[in-house]
Amino acid sequence: MPSRTLIRAGFLTFALTLQVLLGVVPAHAADDAAVQATLVQLRDADFDGKAELVETLAASNHPRLAPILKALYDSRLYYQEENNRTVIGLNDAAEITIEDAVTGAALGAVSKRSLDRITANNRLRSLIENRLASLGLASADSQQRKAAVEAFMRNPDPSGAAPLRERLAVETDGGIKESLTLALALADLASDDATVRATAATALGGQMQTEIRGRLTRVAADDSDANVREAAKSALSRTEFRLQLLGWAETLFFGLSLGSVLILAAIGLAVTFGVMGVINMAHGELMMLGAYTTWLTQQWLPVNWSLPVAVPLAFLVTALVGIAIERGIIRFLYGRPLETLLATFGVSLILQQAVRSIFSPLNRSVAAPDWMSGTILLGPLEVTLNRLVIVGFCIAVFALLWLALQRTRLGLEVRAVAQNRAMARAMGVRSARVDALTFGLGSGIAGVAGVALSQLTNVGPNLGQSYIVDSFMVVVFGGVGNLWGTMVAGLSLGVANKLLEPWTGAVLAKIVVLVFLILFIQKRPRGLFPQRGRAAEV
Amino acid sequence: MRFPRWLLSDRTGLVLLAVLMIIGIGVPALNLLVPPDHPLHLTAYTVTLLGKYLCYALLAVSIDLVWGYMGILSLGHAAFFTLGGYCFGMYMMRQIGTRGVYGDPVLPDFMVFLNWKDLPWYWHSFDMFWFAALMVMVVPGLLAFIFGWFAFRSRVSGVYLSIITQALTYALMLAFFRNEMGFGGNNGLTDFKDILGYSIHADETRIVLFVLSALALAGGYLACRWLVSTRMGRVLVAIRDSEDRTRFLGYRVEQVKTLVFTFSAMLAGVAGALYVPQVGIINPGEFAPLNSIEAVIWVAVGGRGTLVGAVVGAVLVNYSKSWLTAALPEVWLFALGGLFVAVTLLLPYGLIGLLRRRRETAS
Amino acid sequence: MSELIFEPEAAGMHTPVAPVDATHGILLYLEGVTVSFDGFKAIDNLSLYIGDGELRCIIGPNGAGKTTMMDIITGKTKPDAGRVFFGQTIDLLKLDEPAIARIGIGRKFQKPTVIEPLTVLENLELAMSGAKRLRGLMTTRMSGEERDRISAVLDQVGLNEQAQRLAGVLAHGQKQWLEIGMLLMQEPRLLLVDEPVAGMTPAEMERTAELLKSLAGNHSVVVVEHDMGFVRSIADQVTVLHQGRVLAEGRLDELQVDPLVIEVYLGGEDAHH
Repeated sequence: MPSRTLIRAGFLTFALTLQVLLGVVPAHAADDAAVQATLVQLRDADFDGKAELVETLAASNHPRLAPILKALYDSRLYYQEENNRTVIGLNDAAEITIEDAVTGAALGAVSKRSLDRITANNRLRSLIENRLASLGLASADSQQRKAAVEAFMRNPDPSGAAPLRERLAVETDGGIKESLTLALALADLASDDATVRATAATALGGQMQTEIRGRLTRVAADDSDANVREAAKSALSRTEFRLQLLGWAETLFFGLSLGSVLILAAIGLAVTFGVMGVINMAHGELMMLGAYTTWLTQQWLPVNWSLPVAVPLAFLVTALVGIAIERGIIRFLYGRPLETLLATFGVSLILQQAVRSIFSPLNRSVAAPDWMSGTILLGPLEVTLNRLVIVGFCIAVFALLWLALQRTRLGLEVRAVAQNRAMARAMGVRSARVDALTFGLGSGIAGVAGVALSQLTNVGPNLGQSYIVDSFMVVVFGGVGNLWGTMVAGLSLGVANKLLEPWTGAVLAKIVVLVFLILFIQKRPRGLFPQRGRAAEV
Repeated sequence: MRFPRWLLSDRTGLVLLAVLMIIGIGVPALNLLVPPDHPLHLTAYTVTLLGKYLCYALLAVSIDLVWGYMGILSLGHAAFFTLGGYCFGMYMMRQIGTRGVYGDPVLPDFMVFLNWKDLPWYWHSFDMFWFAALMVMVVPGLLAFIFGWFAFRSRVSGVYLSIITQALTYALMLAFFRNEMGFGGNNGLTDFKDILGYSIHADETRIVLFVLSALALAGGYLACRWLVSTRMGRVLVAIRDSEDRTRFLGYRVEQVKTLVFTFSAMLAGVAGALYVPQVGIINPGEFAPLNSIEAVIWVAVGGRGTLVGAVVGAVLVNYSKSWLTAALPEVWLFALGGLFVAVTLLLPYGLIGLLRRRRETAS
Repeated sequence: MSELIFEPEAAGMHTPVAPVDATHGILLYLEGVTVSFDGFKAIDNLSLYIGDGELRCIIGPNGAGKTTMMDIITGKTKPDAGRVFFGQTIDLLKLDEPAIARIGIGRKFQKPTVIEPLTVLENLELAMSGAKRLRGLMTTRMSGEERDRISAVLDQVGLNEQAQRLAGVLAHGQKQWLEIGMLLMQEPRLLLVDEPVAGMTPAEMERTAELLKSLAGNHSVVVVEHDMGFVRSIADQVTVLHQGRVLAEGRLDELQVDPLVIEVYLGGEDAHH
């Protein structure tokens, strides 16, 4: 019956896979004795003899080869006379825990005095290192192969280059192939043939690893052959260029991430100030409330889950506070922007002091979840994950707000009220309700921005103050009432700030940007993307 | 002596001047003539505290002139105040001479500490009293003139102007925090010893500074009161209420604004210069935007567009601040914040406005 | 730095109206004026001539460009193309608002704009010509001659009794007259009056009509108005603006039978509402 055969074949495959996975390949049982026999000889051999024995071991391809050689390298390999076998010491106490060198079986603790240490000298160690590297190169695990190449690059001894060359011929992983080529070129730099050295130097141009740059710099300075020096120099200049490009890309990314923060801080303001014309000096404090909400959620929830909960929660909390401010204070002050400014500033002081009294004047640290810590590689660029997440978050918030304003009924009403309040009311828009909701929307976004900020800075009562001037400048720079303007303004100010920093330092960069903005507003009081027409006059 | 009509018709102003005269004579008398163990004796500390209030009051008057009459809400007036203070602080730094910790005859301590070899050019001449006294007005005035010249000409007004004045003082704060600026960085200027050879710690010097503050306030008040009683005063009100109308009447609104803004900044500079020797220190923290806004609220509490209200508000709010920050430090910011909200919502014309309305309804 | 501070003739005294050369009988020339906002032509190749001493009414539906035209004459908006001359010699496009006001063009806004916290007298004093330089401003007193000028204008606009009252407490119509009075204090050659009778009672309208008619002759007066009855009571010459250009010009009774005008404005309610 064909089906039965199939099942049996399937079972066999499964069993084999299982065996391979568990590493219990019975074929090795016979080898174990041979390896143990070789190892036992190590005790009495002199260093030349030991070297030969190491070569023999290396040829055996035994799966325990790596731990055995490593143990010999570290002088942790012992001969146990009573059982006539070699063991590996796992610690260095008087009562030493040992395992069988060949099988890896745990043998418990024995007195150190019952063991003879098998010694190694530096020459032997260097041989072991080399053989270990080839061993790594032959490994099926690409991570180990990679590690082996990197180990070689740290110590590029031409005499050990042969296994690399062999591996290069059969290697299929593109990344490792590339590292192998580089490692070989690095080894070639020590060649006696000047042409080989020159070719190697040229091949290493544009590589940014510190080992390679260090070697090239030395070659460029000291090599006996002028052509080689020249090749090394031009290779280095290519490296410099790439480094510079990378530096720019890095600056750009830092700028974008700062810009995203600025946009997040300003975009809520773009709604309240830009669309409603209300100056909310408490905007920064609403962000602070959002950050504290994040901190609070972390007191209840595991860090990894806290942020997805904190975002809607912060939105809700700050939106409600915002609506309370609008209903309680701002609605009595429409048409009196300067008074609104003062009153909301008062609110900001009250919120600050409230947080100080309730929580403490000290900063709270908000933990970063695992999925936001660490770095990832974007091409050659290493970026911190939290910044990347914040850039993405900023885009998401912006897109959602845009959709909310363009595609929802509330958005339509908000835009109508912003353009012509009287006409909107005449057409049945309940402008008071729209005002409250718009203000709530802007405030909620401030809270969401606060969640993001909590991942970047300390959360304290003064958090909001440090962003309020910046965010107003972003809104005004972009052109009031223009979300895209806010986006462009935030990004360009962020990038400008980071571009200036290397020359001027962070504080001066900030001052320069502020002064530029002050001058810019003189030149174009309505910002980059001004609103035109009759609506702009009001 | 005959008083001009503009002064005679200003009843509250006359009351203010009388009060200033009484305390200008009474406070020194209570300090110098009454023996220390007498209950009516005023300590040097109290005198200095009162002197500080008078400086704040002058700052408030300068803000009221531009805000109350011309409608420009400056959120950066503390910058002019602080600049005036720095100018006078520079004079007092130069007077320390070899008595500093490092004993350098020319360089102030912080410059020696930073390993500077020469005095920066902008510190020259500040060892002369007359020069420093002049700079106290010239530096804030010049900044205000340049700032106003650009801002008003491009017709930046309303909240936009408020926001960029705030950015201005914020930028100055950041700049003065830098050691490289040469104004002592974080610590600012302090450890002053004497003015014109008189120790600033001596009771007599403190009394003189107090009297000078009272005189400056009286002088500043009179100058502003006179200005607003002239036709220029009417123009200011016209600019506040309808800038376009004023322009179509043929007034160069930008120039009037720049002029008055500059004058106001100079007054603020004088206030700062008198403030610094009394408190003994000036540092970049004085540029903080909060200070400017706080000063605006003094004016709002007293009643804007009245000048007298600015004085009343500055003294009342600062007295409450001294009292509250000592008695209930937690409450102060709540109180200040509440004051902002309450005044704008409930008391748009301030205390003076409330009094006037009372009087009108009574009569 | 500034005219305000250093102008040599800053005498603070009554200076006569700037000499305008209106030798050809025309005081204001607008020729080929075009201005557009975001591609929308608010004024489209407009040409208009106002005679010396003439009283001209300008009518036209909403959005015809009446207010924009006033903005251009008074320097608030600069046109994209065209020439605007005051008399033979003065190019208005080279001057800013205060300068245009000082050479003798006064403008009344659509919404009455008087300085409410000041008295009627102070409002007129504020508008008085010749007092607008620094030295003239730095005084608390008024000369006898200035007092006479103010009381003459008070008579003219009929606000004698209200002289000491705050402008803010005046009735709507009185505010309009005060604003016209303020224009008169400027001693203008040309008055631009935007909707002077909006919101007025019939009696007030009648007085306003008389006031404006009395001004013609000594001044050129341009009135923008919606109220046809009012236009009929004051103007001999009427210009109809439509879509930023002159549609027709002539006596009102002629225009009222002009089919073009009827279509876009007088009778064309259906097309526009």
